[in-house]
Amino acid sequence: METMKTLLDPCCERCTHTPETPCRDYIRCLTAGPLCHDDPGCRAKRSGLLAELRPTQGSEEGQQILVCAGTGCASSGAHKVVSALEGELQRQGLDSEVKVVATGCHGFCEQGPTLIIEPAHTVYTLVKQGDVAEIVQKEFKEKQRVENLLYQDPLTGQSAATFANIRFFAQQTRVVLGNCGFINPERIEEYIAHDGYQGIAKALQEMSSDQVIEEVKASGLRGRGGAGFPTGLKWSFCRQSAGEKKYIICNADEGDPGAFMDRGVLEGDPHAVIEGMLIGAYAIGADEGYVYCRAEYPLAIKHMEIAIRQAEAAGLLGNNILDSGFNFHLSIRAGAGAFVCGEETALMASIEGKRGMPKVRPPFPAQSGLWGKPTNINNVETWANVPHILRRGAAWYAQYGTEKSKGTKIFALTGKVNNTGLVEVPMGMSLRKIIFDIGGGIQNGKKFKAVQIGGPSGGCLPDEMLDLPVDYDTLTRAGAMVGSGGLVVMDETTCMVDIARFFLNFSQSESCGKCTPCREGTKRMWEILDRITKGEGKEEDLDTLEHLAHVVKETSLCGLGQNAPNPVLSTLKYFRDEFEAHIRDKTCPAHVCAALLTYTIDAEKCKKCGLCARACPAACISGDKKTPYVIDTEKCIKCGTCLDTCKFGAVVRA
Amino acid sequence: MEWITLTIDGRSVSVPKGTTVLQACRMNNIPIPTLCHDPELTATGSCRLCIVEIEGMRNLPPSCVTQATQGMVVRTRTEKVREARKTILELLVANHPLDCMTCQKMGSCDLAKYAYEYQVTGEAFSGGERRQLPIDDSNPFILRDPNKCILCGKCIRACEEVQGRSVLDFSYRGFNTQVGPAFNLPYAESECVFCGSCVSVCPVGALTEKEMVGQGRPWEVKKVQTTCPFCGTGCNFDLNVKDGKVIGVTSNPEAPVNGRALCVKGRFGMDMIHSPNRLTTPLIKKDGEFVEASWDEALSLVAEKLGEIKAQYGADSIAALSSARCTNEENYLMQKFMRAVIGTNNVDHCART
Repeated sequence: METMKTLLDPCCERCTHTPETPCRDYIRCLTAGPLCHDDPGCRAKRSGLLAELRPTQGSEEGQQILVCAGTGCASSGAHKVVSALEGELQRQGLDSEVKVVATGCHGFCEQGPTLIIEPAHTVYTLVKQGDVAEIVQKEFKEKQRVENLLYQDPLTGQSAATFANIRFFAQQTRVVLGNCGFINPERIEEYIAHDGYQGIAKALQEMSSDQVIEEVKASGLRGRGGAGFPTGLKWSFCRQSAGEKKYIICNADEGDPGAFMDRGVLEGDPHAVIEGMLIGAYAIGADEGYVYCRAEYPLAIKHMEIAIRQAEAAGLLGNNILDSGFNFHLSIRAGAGAFVCGEETALMASIEGKRGMPKVRPPFPAQSGLWGKPTNINNVETWANVPHILRRGAAWYAQYGTEKSKGTKIFALTGKVNNTGLVEVPMGMSLRKIIFDIGGGIQNGKKFKAVQIGGPSGGCLPDEMLDLPVDYDTLTRAGAMVGSGGLVVMDETTCMVDIARFFLNFSQSESCGKCTPCREGTKRMWEILDRITKGEGKEEDLDTLEHLAHVVKETSLCGLGQNAPNPVLSTLKYFRDEFEAHIRDKTCPAHVCAALLTYTIDAEKCKKCGLCARACPAACISGDKKTPYVIDTEKCIKCGTCLDTCKFGAVVRA
Repeated sequence: MEWITLTIDGRSVSVPKGTTVLQACRMNNIPIPTLCHDPELTATGSCRLCIVEIEGMRNLPPSCVTQATQGMVVRTRTEKVREARKTILELLVANHPLDCMTCQKMGSCDLAKYAYEYQVTGEAFSGGERRQLPIDDSNPFILRDPNKCILCGKCIRACEEVQGRSVLDFSYRGFNTQVGPAFNLPYAESECVFCGSCVSVCPVGALTEKEMVGQGRPWEVKKVQTTCPFCGTGCNFDLNVKDGKVIGVTSNPEAPVNGRALCVKGRFGMDMIHSPNRLTTPLIKKDGEFVEASWDEALSLVAEKLGEIKAQYGADSIAALSSARCTNEENYLMQKFMRAVIGTNNVDHCART
């Protein structure tokens, strides 16, 4: 008889599971089997394969190097590191003992490429091809760490060898991201070895659809796409809708500037999303689903495609799944790059092949969605939470978070913060803790100014709001929103008027153009902000801006328009003095708005070296060895090159 | 029918269940401005001019797509509602040419009507960017000025839902959004059949009947309801008559057969009325030349010739082909004439396939 090559293979001829002849115990059998017969040989084969897939510290089995090959690390050269590692292992004769696994995102994008040595759990960051030989030699031959390549804390300067010791990771609670970076997302057996598909197996074997919905309700899970609607309740609406045919959709049209948590999940743990959708489809009574993913995420789409194929081959997608009579078919639709297609009615229009424009609700998708059928739509992170709730129970899930916002939330921490990357923390952690403890504070010792949370629909919160617990209701009250979870950190060199203008430009460009206030109102708001940044602002502009903001908020058709004014309203609320400085004093306190800057040279400090004049792209600096240099402010294009060039601090920006 | 009672502006009103707030207001003579709404088209709630305040609802919901419910409390005239409507109108006017004096739509323009009502002068946001799009003058029937378009989308829905052509849709995004055929082709190069349904629903001067441009103002024109002579369908429309002359055709929404729908011939073919090439008397060919004749003369000649042919070759040597433009009655008479007078069943007409 043939030996088992992968965990999915039958242990012997007594195992009859195929997609056509499904076995209800298949999933449990893979990790605790065989169940239908007692054979020590079969058991040994299974546990041997499992041990390889689930390395335990201190054991010689399952030696592997997990290289982050998510989009961030891939662009920092992760694939070159993978080939170098493979070559080096072969050269040192270790290629049969040590596996190199390209995984999904570890989340520590700032420090990429990162790799983890298993089973020792050692983490190496910013790995270059040249480091590979030393790492392989020391780790696997000498069983030592390469001290000088370990991550160093930017604040303390101390090196840290494992995730448990790296501040960025130590304070996170990784539930949804738990597998990301530790399994090969292109192999379904790795997901299964890490308790994958246990949730759907449990639902199909032990629970009715209503019980599944009750479990999700009890967990307190709320939609992770932004609005925070209770997931179980949403499912129950669609379940109760009349009609045989129902659809479920995974919204993977992640489009907020600075948000990439859904990409991380899709790239790193696609089966978790499939399993979440399976559970949702079973609960709702849907037999068909779509993953709507933006085309700008090719790796996420690739991993999802592989995962769907593998799940189909294993009988986990298709008809009569695990001999339960439950059918579910899943396919992918790639979006064409419209931000508004993240809005659920626009998204469904796009799947139907129409222009992605939102529709008025009601009817809600739960009554009339895709092709007029009851449809339930959740985002990637929401779906990926579901298997954990089913497998570990609602009570386990609800231990995390606050009273009304349960579980963990992934944030994409970006901007002027030391540790950028994906951060998963229990709901209710303070922004200060996320930014300063996990994020390691502001880059280059600069002062914190604001954090933009919730993307173009969110708001900018100042230092005095940093102790707010991050949950849906608190942030909304503060004028921001959890949104999809983008956290853009800004330091003192950021101009808040300019930031408001940036986000409004985004919303205006991405407005679908259907309703008047969003299409025309955001344009006029942007024009006012643009005028202010150019020093042409008028005293009454702020009132007009606020009035327009309220009209756009209260009269727009969809969430895009209703929330587009948030960055303006929140900056006006917390940073009004900056707007006033632009309008009244014609100055930009952060020295960002070029039209409001003047560059001069302090004749006292000028050493007459001429470096600034040579560097000036507008050739507007004159002087010589005897005369101090002078900037012709009429010709100056305010690029700041002279300021950066001068070694003596003689160039003054005001 | 189940009735519900709601309060609008302090008045208690009863309406059938399933009525929208807009319908409830209009049934009770409470004015609500609308630009994208049309009772014959799907409601999209896109212009946002019909917003009202409803107790217990967040924001300002559009009345055209909000169902009236039992006990609902609606306010249509509060300061907040009026201000928001005025701002929406200001936003539309800020991106709309102010050439009303020469605009064909003057006098029947909904935007101008509401601008007047809400005192929108065009000064708000007046320094901002305006569209500068080329005018589509590609065809003899419809003049399309996209700069005047307020993107209400009624033309798109009329094309899709009334005519079933789906030639038009939105393109581009945000401030650059436009309406037009695929790839923004001129109408002449598109799949357009020039039924003019889009023109009939346009609330502003973006789509106008080209032949009527410069020919008269709405208040100078007398509308004469008539039946289209082009075919036997019996469509009704309004002849627009100025100084005793037909300057064009507009839909009559009350037309019993066709509503506002017309075909290219009915809507744009009436220029034949004043055509110098039109025949006004019968013509008889004499010595190779057509010569004007009286009806008696012409009919006598036809009768004489038909008689001769029948006598010489038999009744079945004669056939009659009539026109689909004729009415049922005319076609009935034609076959009766052929069967009873000529004595043949050789009858047919041009629209048989």
